[in-house]
Amino acid sequence: MAETIINAINMALTEEMDRDDRVVVFGEDVAETGGVFRATEGLKEQFGGDRVVDTPLSEIAITGGAVGLAVFGLRPVAEIQFSGFLPPAFDQLVTHASRMRWRTRGQWSAPMVVRTPYGAGIRALEHHSESLEGAYAHVPGLQVVIPSTPYDTKGLLKSAIRSPDPVLFMEPKHIYRSIREDVPDEDYEVPIGEAAVRREGEDITVISWGAMMQKTLEAIDRIDADVEVIDLRTISPMDRETVVASVQKTGRCAVVHEAPYSGGWAGEIVGTLNDEALMYLEAPVERVTGYDIPVPLLSMEDYYIPHPPRIAAAIEDVLAY
Amino acid sequence: MAPNTSEAAVDLDAPWISQEDLPVETYQIIDEDGTYDSADVPDLADEEFLDLYRWMLVEKRYAERMIKLQRRGQMGTVGSSRGHEASIVGSGYALQDGDWLLGMGRETSAMLLRDVSLRDIILFWRGVEDAQRFLTEQNCMIGISVGGYLPMTTGIGWGMNLTDSDSVVTAHFGDGATSTGAFHEAVNFAGVLDAPAIFYCQNNQWAISTPFEKQTNANTIAQRGLGYGVHGIRADGNDVLAVYDAMREARKLARAGHPVLFEALTYRTEGHSTSDDPTEYRERDAVEEWLERDPIERYESFLKSEGLWDEVDKDALVAEVDEEFSAAVEAADEYGPRDVDELFEYVYDDLPPILQEQLDEMERELAELDDLEAYIERRPKG
Repeated sequence: MAETIINAINMALTEEMDRDDRVVVFGEDVAETGGVFRATEGLKEQFGGDRVVDTPLSEIAITGGAVGLAVFGLRPVAEIQFSGFLPPAFDQLVTHASRMRWRTRGQWSAPMVVRTPYGAGIRALEHHSESLEGAYAHVPGLQVVIPSTPYDTKGLLKSAIRSPDPVLFMEPKHIYRSIREDVPDEDYEVPIGEAAVRREGEDITVISWGAMMQKTLEAIDRIDADVEVIDLRTISPMDRETVVASVQKTGRCAVVHEAPYSGGWAGEIVGTLNDEALMYLEAPVERVTGYDIPVPLLSMEDYYIPHPPRIAAAIEDVLAY
Repeated sequence: MAPNTSEAAVDLDAPWISQEDLPVETYQIIDEDGTYDSADVPDLADEEFLDLYRWMLVEKRYAERMIKLQRRGQMGTVGSSRGHEASIVGSGYALQDGDWLLGMGRETSAMLLRDVSLRDIILFWRGVEDAQRFLTEQNCMIGISVGGYLPMTTGIGWGMNLTDSDSVVTAHFGDGATSTGAFHEAVNFAGVLDAPAIFYCQNNQWAISTPFEKQTNANTIAQRGLGYGVHGIRADGNDVLAVYDAMREARKLARAGHPVLFEALTYRTEGHSTSDDPTEYRERDAVEEWLERDPIERYESFLKSEGLWDEVDKDALVAEVDEEFSAAVEAADEYGPRDVDELFEYVYDDLPPILQEQLDEMERELAELDDLEAYIERRPKG
């Protein structure tokens, strides 16, 4: 059946809660209303109020509580309502979740998932639009996953819940309901740490993830070239092998992300290519990104987002170099 | 779920303290039926009593008309303050020139009382960056990060101490914010520093879908002040005179180096915002009950008892505040022209070279890429 990303999240949560009674889901407004985006709708009715919990308004305790639950043997799936609310809990991710295994020399660990919608384009107020995956990916021990399709969303979320280590699962809320595809009812995983080659091509490698995948695919449809498209899917730990092999083949690369330019994950990709594929490059790698500014408020936020004409122009520049 | 541990269920010998030993009164001057003791009424001139009434109408009509604008696509997501009129106006009315007010967006007329213009509040909710530039000219700011601006409230109060200012700083926030770490750290810090800060919680008993009883196991917000060694009070947030009177005292306490945790108990009779449908998570009956405790009707009965109602032409007053609102909308509609360099301004004091480059590139792309503008929608009157 054709499902949205939101449906796929709900399917993954439902199936994992059904499969493993250690899985608990909690966050602000997740139980009674099913979350502000309805990702957790119906879970409380199906699994009860002990396993699907509305919490006080406390990102620190939601995230730190997940660490405790995980250490104690449960499988917490916490929701942070918007990724813009996550910064207070950054401490919990950095100081505890990401290094529990390391600190205790493997005695304890934090197999937990923090789900959070990220990105611009929903006409919201301040702190509802950012893409800070690069900041989180910089934390050793933390896995950062961003799906871009309904099928991947279900499979990646299942992998995240089953992962022995913490996962920050960033959801592209702008495309929560705008794309549909078949999502099988049966159990399957999409592995963390594996990028997907969305289209094979010979002329240039274009790498993106999350909500920018749709914009990137639209841009490529405007270009008369044989483009290879990689959906990174896991930001960290990154699938360097797929990225490097593709660029070694095409010799050209552009990276598209919504996050600001400076310190963005595209820089890490360029660094990787510098290490592993420099002599294969026939042109400098282009980065199409947001600007180094806070995401504008709703009246002008569209100016910030990398739209297909910008992406297409950058790809054409690389091809013409 | 395991039940909460209570003394009744456990045999205890040690001298435990419990919130049950600490009944917190709700400060009230006009009760739900409109009766009051004249001796308790704050010493205000007749025109001030009437002014309070007018401000509550301003708040009410503002809320109603903002929602209408949102429904017509001329406003971003916005939260209604219906039911909060006494809490907002009573607290704002007790502040003085030079005082600072940081809010969360549901305290408009308290900001208007600080001389913020209604046009700028409208621009804020339309997502116009410059709105906050105008708000801060009046020492006001809206923080969307729940509870996040409370530590800086303490810092502002600290600064007032260090510079011999005779003002106070007030932060308005909701019951949800009191669950954040920032809230606890801010109030504790203020206590240590004797900061002239008033932490003003509009406890409207709902944080989106989470009711107050699931927000905290504490019976009241006010009692938490004791935990930090600061003064706390719970006032009936639907009684404008009680709020005003207690806020006046809070201001005196703050000026004397005693920060205050103020809880105004009210009720959010509408949704958290226009994106929220409260019928999904709460019973209509509870809302009806609070609608009957309408703060404006209660104050009308006070004005009647005081013989001041004859001086009120309610229809004319409503028409007047409506006209002011319409004029503010018109002014907001005319705001501009705007340009993309607004988005780069104010990131730093001086635009660093990399931002200048990015701005130049954005302008070049907007000029050269044929259909880029087609992807860009300027939102409500932005």
